[in-house]
Amino acid sequence: MIRLTAMFSLLTSTAMAGEIWVTNEKDDTISVISTETLEVIKTYDVGERPRGILFNSDFSRLYICASDSNAVQVMDPNSGEILHELPSGDDPEQFVLHPDDRHLYIANEDDAITTVVDVETRKVVAQIDVGVEPEGMAVSPDGKIAITTSETTNMAHWIDTETQELFANTLVDSRPRHAEFIKDGAEMWVSSEIGGTLTVFDTATQSEKAKMSFEVQGVHPDRVQPVGFEFTAGDTHAFVALGPSNHVAVVNAETYEVEDYILVGRRVWHMDFNEDRSMLFTTNGVSGDVTVIDVEKREAIKSIKVGRFPWGAAFRPTGS
Amino acid sequence: MKHLVLGALFGGALAAPVCAEITLSIGYLRVEQPVPPTLSNLDPIPESNGLAGAQTGLADNLTTGKFLGQKYELTVAEVYEGEDPLAAARDLLAASPYLVIDATPEDITAIADLAEAEGAILFNTSAGDLALRDAECRGNLLHTLASDAMRTDALAQMLVKKRWDDLVMITGTHPADISYAEAMRRSLTKFGLSLEAEKEWAFDADMRRNASQEVPLFTQDFGDYDALIIADEVHDFGRYVLYNTWEARPVVGSEGLSSVGWSPVIEQWGAAQLHSRFEEEHEREMTAQDYAAWAAVRTLGEAVTRTNATNPETLRAYIMSDQFELAGFKGRPLTYRNWNGQLRQPIAIAHPRALVAQAPLEGFLHQTNELDSLGLDRPESNCEAFQ
Repeated sequence: MIRLTAMFSLLTSTAMAGEIWVTNEKDDTISVISTETLEVIKTYDVGERPRGILFNSDFSRLYICASDSNAVQVMDPNSGEILHELPSGDDPEQFVLHPDDRHLYIANEDDAITTVVDVETRKVVAQIDVGVEPEGMAVSPDGKIAITTSETTNMAHWIDTETQELFANTLVDSRPRHAEFIKDGAEMWVSSEIGGTLTVFDTATQSEKAKMSFEVQGVHPDRVQPVGFEFTAGDTHAFVALGPSNHVAVVNAETYEVEDYILVGRRVWHMDFNEDRSMLFTTNGVSGDVTVIDVEKREAIKSIKVGRFPWGAAFRPTGS
Repeated sequence: MKHLVLGALFGGALAAPVCAEITLSIGYLRVEQPVPPTLSNLDPIPESNGLAGAQTGLADNLTTGKFLGQKYELTVAEVYEGEDPLAAARDLLAASPYLVIDATPEDITAIADLAEAEGAILFNTSAGDLALRDAECRGNLLHTLASDAMRTDALAQMLVKKRWDDLVMITGTHPADISYAEAMRRSLTKFGLSLEAEKEWAFDADMRRNASQEVPLFTQDFGDYDALIIADEVHDFGRYVLYNTWEARPVVGSEGLSSVGWSPVIEQWGAAQLHSRFEEEHEREMTAQDYAAWAAVRTLGEAVTRTNATNPETLRAYIMSDQFELAGFKGRPLTYRNWNGQLRQPIAIAHPRALVAQAPLEGFLHQTNELDSLGLDRPESNCEAFQ
């Protein structure tokens, strides 16, 4: 007990103030968790079936994919007020904000389309044909490339953000779910849920550089399904949600080897870090909670009950 | 006989920036089967049952193919009563070695035995019969429809889990009912269960008016039991048994709690997206037979995507290899059993309003793959054509 308290106070003393915002897919709400107290401090009503969630670069705006409302909602995170909706195309699931803070790239899951929206003019700038069931979205740090992964076509589609056209399509394993650029954009990673793999692409050549698979003791390989993933400070390690295996894997981003597995809640889906990346918050859809992981110790330290079917997570600092 | 070519139309709508380099032609043969009369007309079998699924699979393949310079087309032949299914099959096989079949088990084996079918890849999307996966199997015939045995094994796992082990069964007289009842008895034995009593449904009155008087009497001499199994695959009388039994006990099998290859109530694992794509295109819900035809066309698409080949030797080798996996919206990769050509797949245990469980249920272990606890496992199958 004493040891636990000591560990906890150590964590809180190093962690800066901030919040993790979690979309609850089956409750049409957002839960706001304090990264200091590790408790839900607010719950907001939003549109139907909220999934993708992200802040703009100065955290003054929150964007929410309200999938069944067929809209992206824009919220003032300080007041919790929905300011307006953006045209998003049908069934927006995931999205990414271009570094220019102006262009949202949105995956329209039902329509095999990626929609590009200007958040200032609130107009659709482009619609790009992609594969069946687009989902994972990423944009390179220099803003030149956007990625859409399509779940049934099993591809990463490479979009030139200048022309808003595809310039490459690369096959990955079954049901690609999430994509991220790392190492200043030199590498692009894609998770494949049914394939059970994580593929690393060399951005310059769009060629496959490495592929990782996972093995959780006591869980059939079919049920080890990588979905969301995020990188620690300096992009040294990736934490990878493995869906219904109820584990998060820790992957070394230099050697491409799996180093650890951490037991979390049921059907772990997406995640985000606190400000100094000492804590990771994972959304666990089936158990309806968020697991807090101590990044250094690679241990789950707390479960926080949120709404039904938590899906996405996004961090914002609140100053100390 | 009616022929029509789809795909050209789809290809046009999706005008690709890439020049098509290869095209895979797929045949679809529907042999009309007389539908037995049923007491109720509440749930007519859709006319496009199966074919609609193949069309959605084709659209999925075309979308993927446009990024790879691969095109697909589906040629459909429908054979009506009194016409020769073998002649239609020969025509389709002359044009393409890939054939998706909706026909009786007898017609399917006859087509597989045609000289023109040698080296072809045929898909059974309509017959759940055990024999086709057993001694009557054919080396050129794959099965995307879950077998009756897979479905009854799934239900038996549920009965074991719920500890409903005092069981009785009512069986209809249609061959499909008898075949389902046979599969059910086999599954009960496999999972250590047995039937306490069995009765044949032999009423000729109109049960829509009499059910409340007849069914309590008919089920009274079962005494007490845990669950009543209905074998009524043509959905004739079963719906009138629910809530009319003498004892207040759950009804399972063809009615009530059913085990099915696909159902509109499956929402998880991305299934909602397949439903919405299908419903938008066909304006109805997707059936298990639609799903089987979708899986057949997608199997070919997946193999072409990964191998960039169109010859049956290469595609077959890939489909039967460890590399093949089909993302089938059931939460696990789907693969083919290399002892009888059956597509391994989870089975939904559902009632018409919700999914109750998905087999294989937790705790039913298997030395290689839990999915093989459903249907004919390698040591059980007498199929030799795949050796």
